[in-house]
Amino acid sequence: MADQKASTSIEAVESGLAAQGYIASRQIATAVYLSQQIEKPILVEGPAGVGKTELAKAIAAWRGKKMIRLQCYEGLDEAKALYEWKYAKQLLYTQILKDKLGEVLGGAQTLHAALDQLHDFGDVFFSKEFVEPRPLLQALEQPGGCVLLIDEIDKSDAEFESLLLEILSDFQVTIPELGTVSAITPPTVILTSNSERDLGDALKRRCLHLHIGFPEQRLEERIVESRVPGISQTLRRQMVGFIHEIRSLDLKKLPSVSESIDWARVLVLLQATELDTEIVKDTLNVLLKYEADIEAASPQVTTFIAKAARSNVFG
Amino acid sequence: MRQNLHRFFRAARGAGVHVSPAESIDAMRAVAQVGLTDRAILRDALLLTLAKSQDEKLALGDCFDLFFSQPEPPQDQAEANDNDEASQDADQSPSSGSASEAGGGQPQEGLGPLAQMLLSQDRNAIQAAIASASGAASLSDIRYSTQRGIFSSRILDAMGLQRLRDDLDELTATNPALAERLRAALDALREAVRDTVSQGLALYAREEAENLRNEILRNAPLARIERRQVAEMRVLIRQIARRLRERYSKPRKRQRRGHLDVRRTLRRNAAWGGIPFLTAWKRKHRDKPKIVALCDVSGSVAQVSDFFLLLIHSLHEVVDDVRSFAFSSHLIEVSEILEKKSPEEAMAEIMSKVGFGSSDYGSSLVDFEKDFMSALTPQTTVIVLGDARSNNLDPRADILRRISERSKRLVWLNPEGRLAWGFGDSEMPRYATFCSVVRQCATAQQLERAVSDIVATYQ
Repeated sequence: MADQKASTSIEAVESGLAAQGYIASRQIATAVYLSQQIEKPILVEGPAGVGKTELAKAIAAWRGKKMIRLQCYEGLDEAKALYEWKYAKQLLYTQILKDKLGEVLGGAQTLHAALDQLHDFGDVFFSKEFVEPRPLLQALEQPGGCVLLIDEIDKSDAEFESLLLEILSDFQVTIPELGTVSAITPPTVILTSNSERDLGDALKRRCLHLHIGFPEQRLEERIVESRVPGISQTLRRQMVGFIHEIRSLDLKKLPSVSESIDWARVLVLLQATELDTEIVKDTLNVLLKYEADIEAASPQVTTFIAKAARSNVFG
Repeated sequence: MRQNLHRFFRAARGAGVHVSPAESIDAMRAVAQVGLTDRAILRDALLLTLAKSQDEKLALGDCFDLFFSQPEPPQDQAEANDNDEASQDADQSPSSGSASEAGGGQPQEGLGPLAQMLLSQDRNAIQAAIASASGAASLSDIRYSTQRGIFSSRILDAMGLQRLRDDLDELTATNPALAERLRAALDALREAVRDTVSQGLALYAREEAENLRNEILRNAPLARIERRQVAEMRVLIRQIARRLRERYSKPRKRQRRGHLDVRRTLRRNAAWGGIPFLTAWKRKHRDKPKIVALCDVSGSVAQVSDFFLLLIHSLHEVVDDVRSFAFSSHLIEVSEILEKKSPEEAMAEIMSKVGFGSSDYGSSLVDFEKDFMSALTPQTTVIVLGDARSNNLDPRADILRRISERSKRLVWLNPEGRLAWGFGDSEMPRYATFCSVVRQCATAQQLERAVSDIVATYQ
């Protein structure tokens, strides 16, 4: 019985994401379903532009939750990711409250007594009001839960990874002055990585590992269809077939899904009805981002178009 | 099923996927969520929770397919397993019970349970019996291919081979036709058991076998490995490269706590009138290793140079500035060939250009000094790989001295054993005076240590 429920729930995830314009493969849907059920973050790896970030956006839109995004870069630290004290505000308040402080401390005869009185006020200046929450803390403080996207984790330093461990496994952070802050509702955490460097085992262990590669032809056609509704079926088949041929070349940067979608838009704008050598050569720069790649691909364009057209007939 | 999952984790470890207890707990939870009916979903769920990289996913996928292609005990049997885990006896009795029911009307009363099972040709029951017997014989402990025989016989014993033999003897006297049938069935059973054991070997022993082979390979002299081992050695070298990368590709900036960076601190705190709320500390920038490698590619040293170049060029994250030169009678730069081509092609091209000549260290050093001396900076480590056998030609150790003076370190890696240095035409002692380090480098293990030490000096 539970099994039946599982496969229908996975289908529900698929259709839910599809409603947001994200066509997910079965594997992606399983990952999303599991991460919800066993409350684990998903670590998404894959080449640039296959929709890693989009996945997080689609989940947020589907569940109607807020998305909080933390873009990682070299040198990202606690102060920018987790929380920071509002120094200026603290300083300002001490200035404004100077008189008040004077009143309070006025009765004290000695320095020692003044200090004692000051202690009674506790750590007024190190309380919640003076904490500037950064994305990670914000995500924990959302009452209705949220989708936390930690983008391009591989760009950050190795130390930052260790900072994330507490959040990822227990959904809490420890601020020395305030204590431990636990999540009100555990957020859905998505980490993305372009595998620029190997992530630590400790981080990987705490996540479900999802690899998104280039999609199969059918799937990519569906993706293009959902993103660029104006494109005719023949053209869609041809262009996706052509892109799959291009991906078989040894290029510096292979065109990924985001490039396919851009190209589809361009072709629709140019009011193309089917691929021909002329139009492909003119718009190749949408697909390929390096001069060397364009040069390598140009001589093959005619053959690829022919191949794509042929597969179109049989497919 | 829990039992089965545990066996799968063992198999996964065998396939080289690191499954920690925490991960196996996660996998259990995931499986409890998705259930077992849909094998594709089960596969996805296990891949998501256990495998942590693309390579591991591939390995685990294969392992999954192999594991679940195994004859599985029929469903009710598996549930019985779950309920009580006193495996053998409990399993044996229901299956023998059902077998005797099936053969109840036939004239084979008085035969052992195994004989009855074989004669009734109940394939499910036989497979279930094999599965539970291999559990009893702890097939998952199999490690080496030489253990195949003993595990087969253990399984057969556990299934009651002794009783079957007695039955056979008896039947040969009373009912020869039936005995013949039983004998044929026994042969088939032996074959089935052998298959099960082979599969078990493939599943559970892979890691062990690989460890053993790698251990042997690591300590085998690189110069004399066989052709068929070259590919394996390349894989091993890549593993070494990955290990070194993981160890040394740590961030290159390190805060020097205690040394205040006054300028940055003032600038950062300008908003508060220069009151230093935030302090900035001086940072120390570490150099990335710069390496110039001179490799002898003549005769016996060629193979070692090949692996060395492969290793040093797969360390991109750690060492991004490598210039490699190859020489035998003269010297050329080979960095570009190595960057652009696959290792096999690159080596073939290098060999066709400079390889297989008789080595002349003197003139090769002259070539280097003439064209490439400017490649050396005070941050460069120069690595020379060669046996220093210069065919009694002028060794030109004076050039080596100048190289040594211009660079940070000069490391000489010699594939020959220390005993041979200085004998015959070896110029090693003469060169050694100008080297910071001279070490023997004949096996993959020594190669790893040598490169590891070189990179470590930059940390």
